[in-house]
Amino acid sequence: MSATQARITVRDLDMRYGERLIQRDLNFTIGAGEIFVIMGGSGCGKSTLLRHLIGLVRPARGDVLYDGESFWTAEPEQRDRIMRRFGVLYQAGALWSSLTLAENVALPLGEYTRLTSSEIAELVSLKLALVGLAGFEEFYPAEISGGMRKRAGLARAMALDPDILFFDEPSAGLDPISSKLLDDLILELRDSLGATVVMVTHELASIFAIGGNSVFLDAETKTMIASGSPTDLLEHSPDPKVRRFLTRGQSDGGTSHG
Amino acid sequence: MATPATARTAGLVVEGTADDTLVVRLSGPWTTDARRPSSDAVDHQLGVGGKPRRVTFESAGLTVWDSGLLTFLLQLIATAEVRGVEIDRRGLPDGVRRLLALATAVPQRRDTGNAGPTPSLLARIGVATLDLARDTSAMLAFLGEASVAFARLLVGRARYRRSDLLLILQEVGAQALPIVSLISFLVGVILAYVGAVQLRQFGAQIYVADLVGIGMTREMGAMMAAVIMAGRTGAAFAAQLGTMQVNEEIDALTTLGISPIEFLVLPRMLALALMMPLLCLYADLLGLVGGMAVGLGMLDLGATEYYVRTIGAISLADCVAGLIKASVFGVLVAIAGCLRGIQCGRSSAAVGAATTSAVVTGIVLIIVADALTTVIFDLLGL
Repeated sequence: MSATQARITVRDLDMRYGERLIQRDLNFTIGAGEIFVIMGGSGCGKSTLLRHLIGLVRPARGDVLYDGESFWTAEPEQRDRIMRRFGVLYQAGALWSSLTLAENVALPLGEYTRLTSSEIAELVSLKLALVGLAGFEEFYPAEISGGMRKRAGLARAMALDPDILFFDEPSAGLDPISSKLLDDLILELRDSLGATVVMVTHELASIFAIGGNSVFLDAETKTMIASGSPTDLLEHSPDPKVRRFLTRGQSDGGTSHG
Repeated sequence: MATPATARTAGLVVEGTADDTLVVRLSGPWTTDARRPSSDAVDHQLGVGGKPRRVTFESAGLTVWDSGLLTFLLQLIATAEVRGVEIDRRGLPDGVRRLLALATAVPQRRDTGNAGPTPSLLARIGVATLDLARDTSAMLAFLGEASVAFARLLVGRARYRRSDLLLILQEVGAQALPIVSLISFLVGVILAYVGAVQLRQFGAQIYVADLVGIGMTREMGAMMAAVIMAGRTGAAFAAQLGTMQVNEEIDALTTLGISPIEFLVLPRMLALALMMPLLCLYADLLGLVGGMAVGLGMLDLGATEYYVRTIGAISLADCVAGLIKASVFGVLVAIAGCLRGIQCGRSSAAVGAATTSAVVTGIVLIIVADALTTVIFDLLGL
């Protein structure tokens, strides 16, 4: 893994909401083709970090580099070009509710490719079939279940064959089997498309099953306190907080009740 | 389970003992619906006399308890901590002890940003001024982006879905006709009625036709249509965009490199700018019909007479002035609705606030713009 080139580099990143500091001094590198997990307790700023990575929030300090190219000091056109390489799956899918699933997946294709509408329709069916939603083209987001919405969101995120996929809590609100299937799908996508995957999650099962590298954010010290492969961290992390997180509080007994 | 009324009172006895210990004796039902003594009695005891160093509990007489007892104890513990008095929880029931441990396990977070004393008047004025400045710059930024989007539309490079535009056109145009009909007709009636009462004193009823004609076409048609649109369509825009903001749909557009301003705001502004003049024309006509109804029914004027008088009174300039105003109002209503929707926070309460704010902003903008355009038209001699 160490030989891979750096796809995303986060350098001296500080995140704030107004006056309130969320996290500071974040420094880590995400290699090409890696499945990178951003983990940490609730409210530590995992999703906020993701919003910084995908260009929705400007950092209070520091920068994010894509293939060595600075994102935040780049010209708007350049930034658009970098963002076109992203596919993002939002927490609740974030499908456009006034469009059908097919139109949702077709919108980015129509914007950025010169394909005819029949070619687009074929691609849309393919993407929906990949996530197990063949035949649901004409459904509106409100007419399908939460898990299906998530998968449809994934189909839309994959529409332009992005080389970096971002997932915001992919397994939140899914039953164990669906979340396992989603994990398999993510692995499959990484292997077949060669995409880099960055995901925010605190689902331990997924973290160990597919996470190759990770960073651990801490809400109290407001910075990252560990990074590396999750299995390594479980066995060798010197920080009791990290071990406790990765063992569901078993490693040092936690508090006496319960 | 019928308990007598007297038994629904929690019992509390506080006794000081020789070795600086305060014994708190709890008895009866300590539930939220029972009458409970406040912790002030114990607080008082903690501060007087020999200043006890320890508090112990006896709960043998306690029949039932719930959160009512816990709030009492938490308050007591907080006071004791401040005064440096040791609390011995051993005399409390097991469940109470465990819940107290749970409630006090995680110390209150001080750095959550919403703590601190209420700010002074000066500080609040300062914060409000800063908010106003931020609000204004956000509004200007939005106006700038909207202008850029319009410019891109003119050179044919704006990205939005034509089908969205058609749908919004139908929503703000055809579907608004019933309410616009009703309101404008009644406004025509009101105008005529107000005029008739005065003009009849001089036998000049026929001038009601002039009054209604000029009043509707120059002013009231555009104004009433715009106010209806602010309440109906401006609010709808804010709610739609606000919900999309909550649902991360707008983020999803942004990360795909599609400008939400072009994709969502532009068709809405365009639709209102196109439909408002038409609605205004329609409102003018309905207002004239309303005035005519009063003229024929109440003032015994002839239909032809009223018609000829109206035609004579209205000039093309009046109509054009009204239509220009209507277009301006339409754009303002769309801007207010979309601005508040895009600025919406990430909760359902924020959507409600955005909707309210959209209507208020819309109506304020309409009235201010009306005053300005009236003065400008007067200077231009239109």
